[in-house]
Amino acid sequence: MFADLLHPAARAPGAAAAAPYAPLPQPRARARTGMLLAQGLVLAASVAAATRIGSADVGWTDLGRVLGARLGLGTEPLPPLLDSLVWDLRLPRVLMAALVGASLAVCGTVLQAVTRNALADPYLLGVSSGAGAGAVTVVVLGFGAGTLGITGGALAGALLAFAGLLLLLRRTGLDSVRIVLTGVVVGQLFTALTSLVLMASADADTTRAVTHWLLGSMAPARWDAVVVCAVVTPLGLAAALLCANALDGLAFGADTAASLGIGVRRTRMLLLVVTAVLTSVAVATVGAIGFVGLIVPHGVRFLAGPLHRVLLPHAALAGAVFLVWTDALARVAFAPREVPVGVITALIGVPLFLLVLRRRGEL
Amino acid sequence: MRITAEGLSWSASGTPVLRRVDLDIAPGETVGLIGPNGSGKSSLLRCLAGLRVPDAGTVRYDGVPVRDLGARGIARRVAFVAQDSALDTDLRVADVVGLGRTPFRDRWRGPDAYDRAVVAAALDRVGLTGLAGRPWKGLSGGERQRAHIARAFAQQPYGLLLDEPTNHLDVKHQLQLMELLAGAERTVLVALHDLTLAARHCDRLLLVHDGLLVASGAPADVLTCENLARVFEVDAELSADALGRPAVSYRGPLRDPAPRSAHRSAHRQGTP
Repeated sequence: MFADLLHPAARAPGAAAAAPYAPLPQPRARARTGMLLAQGLVLAASVAAATRIGSADVGWTDLGRVLGARLGLGTEPLPPLLDSLVWDLRLPRVLMAALVGASLAVCGTVLQAVTRNALADPYLLGVSSGAGAGAVTVVVLGFGAGTLGITGGALAGALLAFAGLLLLLRRTGLDSVRIVLTGVVVGQLFTALTSLVLMASADADTTRAVTHWLLGSMAPARWDAVVVCAVVTPLGLAAALLCANALDGLAFGADTAASLGIGVRRTRMLLLVVTAVLTSVAVATVGAIGFVGLIVPHGVRFLAGPLHRVLLPHAALAGAVFLVWTDALARVAFAPREVPVGVITALIGVPLFLLVLRRRGEL
Repeated sequence: MRITAEGLSWSASGTPVLRRVDLDIAPGETVGLIGPNGSGKSSLLRCLAGLRVPDAGTVRYDGVPVRDLGARGIARRVAFVAQDSALDTDLRVADVVGLGRTPFRDRWRGPDAYDRAVVAAALDRVGLTGLAGRPWKGLSGGERQRAHIARAFAQQPYGLLLDEPTNHLDVKHQLQLMELLAGAERTVLVALHDLTLAARHCDRLLLVHDGLLVASGAPADVLTCENLARVFEVDAELSADALGRPAVSYRGPLRDPAPRSAHRSAHRQGTP
């Protein structure tokens, strides 16, 4: 047999058994699976607990009765008003927060790997602004309003923002520190376009509603949007997981990745489209929520390590938990008035953003 | 594995970088690629590794054109080590070396016991076993370079293409690395700045200048005073060591260098 495990001839099955090298121990593998399960439980508990919190308090038994009645378990239903509050408003909203949080965290993780930039996030790269501009154009100009029309407009805007970003970066390539600055510029452009569309063609009420929506709020979430998100988010996560090895390989740049057999261009394009879809589905319903995609992956790396096969599901769950609780905070912090959740994530995110900059020695 | 190139030309945004390069590297041969900054060494390595599509000409591995192999097919035959790019990653050393297993795995699959055994062997080969769990950020330049070499070996390659792998290494590690490459029984093409090091360890040297392959042969035939004056613009003195291999020492740069080619200014070192 081949004593040299590094020789091409050692690729034959069974060569490992004869080799003198014991595999490196992988002590954390089981712990990570356990952590994933624990995080899933935390998420379930968070969703249940957050559903109780808000303008009207809902008890655990009330929650059980609503769910029991709605899911046909034969429990006695609540009074219609409370039942509607929980089932039509509170629950979709909390689930939406979980799904959007997961989406944004996955987007941030993917973008940070694809651009090799620790500060990448759909909000900072202007993708959210692009989606916002697209969605607002559809709403204000009124063609095909309705969930699908708005989502389509948002997707068109997000893809346009990506196209603009790639066009501006075509000389320097995606592996560049410049990408965040360029993203901010693209974002500003689309924010300006949004304002232009609003000023030119919307009345005062629409303008106010749209402005509030663009700040990021879970209040408009209804079941139809939750269903769209519940389909798209797992698909996006699955697509990212399919590229997990490629995302790891991109750490040393396009050339090294390509020399490892990774189709760099194809992977990047696929993942940018996935990111655009996830972002626009979120923006179309709940507006542009910043910093979730930036800070969640950084926090999760401490726990899950940098390998994307492990990091991505952890980030998704952590993002979900994070946004469920920030949204709960947004509901009760200044009750009875509600703060847009995007404002809260920004208030939490900006100091952490500065912390990341400082840790990288860029501030 | 035999690596050949016929009539290889490549240009970067209109400026020719490689001009009709022909080369033939025999299986198991260790070949040094030498030439001044901007002569086209990096670009040649990248074309040979299938990372750049040449404007004209063909690269073949054992007679098979590289463009027919696909990225994975290439990665299963040849490992490429670029010049170290300092960067911010949270990867651990073993993770980086494990990247070398990527071409052998399904896209989403994690490493199995065999992969980890190969990584352990690769780390041992470059003497980094003790640093397996260290974060990449905490490594010195030399340790990073050796980890990249280990990553290349983890690819179980038939051929190795390396772009100045001895940069950042101290003398001992330079010598260790060159002995490792020369003794690896793979087809090796390694770009080097240190001419004496190249002469000591390589079976053959390729000298490139302005994108042209200007000399190829045994170190003693390539490293001549005339070649060094013409290509490197230095006044050099050649002696032979105990084994008859040439050693280069320099009297200084040529006072009156030959007029530079108009193309030179466009060839930047390390042009991606």
